Amino acid sequence: MAKPHDRKNISLARRESLWAYAFISPWILGFIIFTVGPMLASLFFSFTDYNIVDPPRWNGINNYVNLFQDDLFWHSLGVTFKFAVVALPLGLVFSYLIAVLLNQKVRGVNVWRTIYFLPSVIAGVAVALLWVRIFDPRYGILNPLLEKIGIEGPGWFSDPQWAVPALVIMSLWGVGGNIIIYLAGLQGVPTDLYDAAKVDGANAWQRFWHVTLPMTSPVIFYNLVLGLIATFQYFTEVYVISSGNSNGGGLGGPARSTLFYNIYLYQNAFKYFHMGYASSMAWVLFIIVLCLTLLVFRSSAAWVYYEGEVKGR
Amino acid sequence: MKIEKLFTANREGQPFILKGIVNLILAAGAGIIMIPFLYLISTSLKDRDQMRQIPPPLIPIAAVTANINGTEEPLYEVTFDGQTRQMALVKNRPGGKGLFVDPAAPESEPLELVIAEQKELTRVELHFENYPEALRQMKFGRVLVNTLLVTFIGMVGMLFSSSLVAYGFSRFRAPWLNVLFILLLSTIMLPSQVRLLPTYVFFNKLGWVDTLLPLIVPQFFANAYDVFLLRQFFMTIPLELDDAAKIDGASPMQTLLYIILPQARPALASVAIFHFLYAWNDFYEPLIYLHNPENWTLAVGLQTFNALYAVNTNYIMAASVVMVVPPIILYFLAQKIFTQGVVFTGIK
Repeated sequence: MAKPHDRKNISLARRESLWAYAFISPWILGFIIFTVGPMLASLFFSFTDYNIVDPPRWNGINNYVNLFQDDLFWHSLGVTFKFAVVALPLGLVFSYLIAVLLNQKVRGVNVWRTIYFLPSVIAGVAVALLWVRIFDPRYGILNPLLEKIGIEGPGWFSDPQWAVPALVIMSLWGVGGNIIIYLAGLQGVPTDLYDAAKVDGANAWQRFWHVTLPMTSPVIFYNLVLGLIATFQYFTEVYVISSGNSNGGGLGGPARSTLFYNIYLYQNAFKYFHMGYASSMAWVLFIIVLCLTLLVFRSSAAWVYYEGEVKGR
Repeated sequence: MKIEKLFTANREGQPFILKGIVNLILAAGAGIIMIPFLYLISTSLKDRDQMRQIPPPLIPIAAVTANINGTEEPLYEVTFDGQTRQMALVKNRPGGKGLFVDPAAPESEPLELVIAEQKELTRVELHFENYPEALRQMKFGRVLVNTLLVTFIGMVGMLFSSSLVAYGFSRFRAPWLNVLFILLLSTIMLPSQVRLLPTYVFFNKLGWVDTLLPLIVPQFFANAYDVFLLRQFFMTIPLELDDAAKIDGASPMQTLLYIILPQARPALASVAIFHFLYAWNDFYEPLIYLHNPENWTLAVGLQTFNALYAVNTNYIMAASVVMVVPPIILYFLAQKIFTQGVVFTGIK
């Protein structure tokens, strides 16, 4: 009796799989056509000596061996980690709180939302140029403001101690994108859940903790994963700021305080033309970010709640 | 109004006083956010001399001058013998002093006074001509058409493909699906700098370099950012809705079209806006693939402009203002979709 039933189950499962593969086929096609080739090519370059002009020469694992003995590699990794540890959690919490406020039914909320969205509309280059002017100790507007409340402002981008904190402030200003995603998530929480919680006598904090937070955990998870990936590849802003910084010692300056991983990678690739070495750096970063992402995914079962999750077989 | 009414809930269920606090915090934050923008707009309306003022005034101002014997001299409000008069500064003297004369009687005996103690007269001076000048130098019309083509065709392709792929990743069980999802995410983990060269070679072989195709065509094959975001939202939609549709005989495609997508409107609006911003502001790829200035997009035009005319911060800022206006308008209009929210009428 059980056999035909099993067979039916198997064919149903197979049909479900086929539907899944059919729906994701646009991406699989695009991956094969546009992405996998360049990725494999860069993996190959990472085992070669390649200066872009001459054809690559096989070099075995030498790039990787040299990398782990390179002080600047460890230094740039350290700068990136320190920035990530501060900027990422700060940005996630900060933008979530603002999104919760922007989700309240207050007058003129559409105008508030548009204002908070503003920072995310300017391109990386324009943002960086704007903040260079704001932080400028002589011509900028920040230090005169600080002076008015009795604080002597630091040199910001020309001070090795203050360059990274200045970048953190800049990154907090630009969390508008996160806010939009959180807002869309908050809007998606069904109102009857709040009504039910109210009937059960939950106060505002309990409603936030037991309804809002779990129901929006999928978007928190999204912002965390993408924030992680983006923070470790932090590049454009530092590039624009430090390369234009005349008294800061150029790219990665001052005193290498903003030598982020991707900046050092860029230097190797396009300044010293060590494309092979740069590629091996890219793959080391890839492994680091992949491991961190997998850790976050593993942890998600404990704190991310999906209303419509298809449970595994 | 009775005082306890301040603390009792209004119709929407929130105490009056709480709303006041929310508004206050939002206003303070908005003020901080607006400072750089005001600065951006302010700088875009200044001329070269105005940009050198220390500290930079938020409202562009210029000195009021008077014609003294054929030259323009700055006017000051001078306090002398307990009287306040308007006088022109004609000559600097050692010790921070200067010679002031009455513009009505330039031949009269000048007064020697400490300059810092007098108040310089200023007036608002806005240089709107920076805008047409900046746009002309950027070849704005042509560049705008390119940017709109890349942005909107790409957006259609992205919405279409990413919806399908996100649906596949969120609603079905299949072997290796989780591994494929991590593979999808891994495509954005490798720094793009090292993929640059091989990708360029590939598009060059196709003959697509110096056309808009490398910026548009890949959008029709989904991307990790948008698929991931849509998946997260699709997974918050209750499965009961799918099951009901299935019982009614709907195919998976119909379920996507009539059940999932209408429920995910805020998410679709979000990815559409993000794509718009991404395509509108993307600088890296257009820079690499587009060589002929005729084919440039706004972001490349702006950056090149910046590199060429580093002194003309005012023009750069004017061009930046023009560039940020369309996304702001789009977001303001798209808000309607956000505020509608999602109402799960299907289940009770």
